[in-house]
Amino acid sequence: MITIDKLTKTYNKGQVLAIKDVSLEVKRGELFGLIGPDGAGKTTIFRILTTLLLADKGTATVNGCDVVKDYVKIRNNVGYMPGRFSLYQDLTIEENLNFFATVFGTSIRENYDLIKDIYIQIEPFKDRRAGKLSGGMKQKLALCCALIHKPAVLFLDEPTTGVDVVSRKEFWEMLARLKAEGITIMVSTPYMDEANRCDRIALIQKGQILSVDTPAGIVGQFPVDLYAVHSANTHKLLREVRNYPGTDSCFAFGDALHVTFKGGAAGAHEAGAGPAGLTNYLRERGLADVGMEKIPPGVEDCFIQLLKS
Amino acid sequence: MRQLLIFIRKEFLHVFRDRKTLLMLFGLPIAQIVLFGFALSNEIKDSRIALVDYSKDAVTAKLIGKIEASHYFDIQRTLASGEQLNAAFKRGDIKMAVIFPQNFGDDLIHTGKATLQVVADASDPNQATTITNYLESIVTDFNGELAQDAQQPMQILPQMQMLYNPELRGAPNFVPGVMALVLMLVCTMMTSVAIVREKELGTMEILLVSPFKPIYIVIAKLAPNLLISIVNLFIILVLSDIFLDLPVKGSMLLLLFCSILFIMTSLSIGLLLSINAKTQQAAMMGSLMGMMLPTMLLTGFLFPIENMPLFLRVLSNLVPSRWYFIIVKRVMLKGLGFGAVWKETSILAGMTLFLFAISLRNFKIRLQ
Repeated sequence: MITIDKLTKTYNKGQVLAIKDVSLEVKRGELFGLIGPDGAGKTTIFRILTTLLLADKGTATVNGCDVVKDYVKIRNNVGYMPGRFSLYQDLTIEENLNFFATVFGTSIRENYDLIKDIYIQIEPFKDRRAGKLSGGMKQKLALCCALIHKPAVLFLDEPTTGVDVVSRKEFWEMLARLKAEGITIMVSTPYMDEANRCDRIALIQKGQILSVDTPAGIVGQFPVDLYAVHSANTHKLLREVRNYPGTDSCFAFGDALHVTFKGGAAGAHEAGAGPAGLTNYLRERGLADVGMEKIPPGVEDCFIQLLKS
Repeated sequence: MRQLLIFIRKEFLHVFRDRKTLLMLFGLPIAQIVLFGFALSNEIKDSRIALVDYSKDAVTAKLIGKIEASHYFDIQRTLASGEQLNAAFKRGDIKMAVIFPQNFGDDLIHTGKATLQVVADASDPNQATTITNYLESIVTDFNGELAQDAQQPMQILPQMQMLYNPELRGAPNFVPGVMALVLMLVCTMMTSVAIVREKELGTMEILLVSPFKPIYIVIAKLAPNLLISIVNLFIILVLSDIFLDLPVKGSMLLLLFCSILFIMTSLSIGLLLSINAKTQQAAMMGSLMGMMLPTMLLTGFLFPIENMPLFLRVLSNLVPSRWYFIIVKRVMLKGLGFGAVWKETSILAGMTLFLFAISLRNFKIRLQ
């Protein structure tokens, strides 16, 4: 449905590299996630695919149409929700939706079924101006506006950024329903915990794709054992774990540390190294309440691991 | 078509929901007219004038009595010689001098004609016109009375002389000037902000990724501004007719046609600014600095263009308001027809087409 072949894009006359040699393929009906931190190049990819930007090198097609030559066709067939809230703040919910429906040559009534589940939640406020809505409601309205013409492909650039946890959860449930309607969805997010909601994900950093796979596949690629370590004194714990000679990587995740050890699984069983050695090491340094267990890695652990290699 | 209509409707909603801007849009012409109108040409009372009577006969006494009876003048009769009058004018002590030459009454009775010398300080052209008009009407009344009383026709002819500014620049000039200024400012500023705002808000991204044609975006953006400007035009015309006694002498239709043409020119300038500007602020500054100053200075309503250095005279040809100003003066004030303004009209039409074409060419179908 979407193919990207070796796209490169620079800004400021080549001084700033946005994306480099990015190649991807998104299948029809897939919910595809582009996962990476701010500035990784996610928005650039979206803008090239929605024909808003021209790439320096490489080609891309959406629904069989070339993003440069057939841009008019693409613009008729896709729904796009930019990262920034991009609706008219001084128009009401209903006016915004009505406007975009008409611009795309359709009407709210015609495609009401598609947006019903989402629109029903904001309908009580339909006479309220968009500028006065909460973050979650804004995103729901923006999604309605992007969906109203029943696009074949939906591009959502960071739709859940700045939205509360409950609304984020609801939002992903909506995406799952839209996917069930047969719409191909490409979505980007900086939140790694949302990656599991996608059929496949691409991890992207500094304009380059690190890995493309299903979330389970990505997690399965994690090469070593991962341990969660926690203590009441997280600050001291972090310092000491990083000082421990057997530690390979150590990052804070909420109230726990995610730790890997040098030598991978094998090293873990040597005396004086690995997890067993760490407990002793920490006890000697006055951290008696340390708890440690082996955990399955998450997408974020994989991301950090990929960045290191 | 439905797409275009809803887009235009949306633009109107933007305008009407932004109360502050709306107030400014309609407040501007009213404020300008009131400011110029009342500050410059309000009724003048108790203007200091000098009366010099070299004849001292029954007729002059009667006429002086009439002049004194009006509340317009504060009369000084101590000045006698030309030098004294001159000095008083230069000090600004008097605004006008009325001089009855020797044998005034005799001339009138024997030849049926007498000349009354009227000299006014025209450095303030509005005031000079107003007070000489007052005097003229008094003299006209007096002539009427003479004609009733006398057997033979008798007439006093006031001979006007404008000191310092014989052409009386400025007086009725400012209404066409204000029209040019207000229409230019409102159109360019409003339009220049309109498209940049969509870019800044990010809505342009969505509009571009839609089947909506760029020309529709442009037309929709221009429509409310065109309407507002036409309303503004009528406000100015009504105000100047009621308060400034400057009705449209020529064809209203022709004036309207030329005004709409000029509005289109201004809209195209705003469009060009809007398409090229990156932020609303830049667009606003561009239209203020780029249009307000040239319009004020090079239109000819504040400073006569003929007196400018060659460079500025050439430059002024590029300022659309200059041509519109000429059109309004001829059509509105002098009552001339299309034959008198066809050249200026075609220049404006050419400018509009040119600017509009460049704008459309420069309209970006992608981001950057």
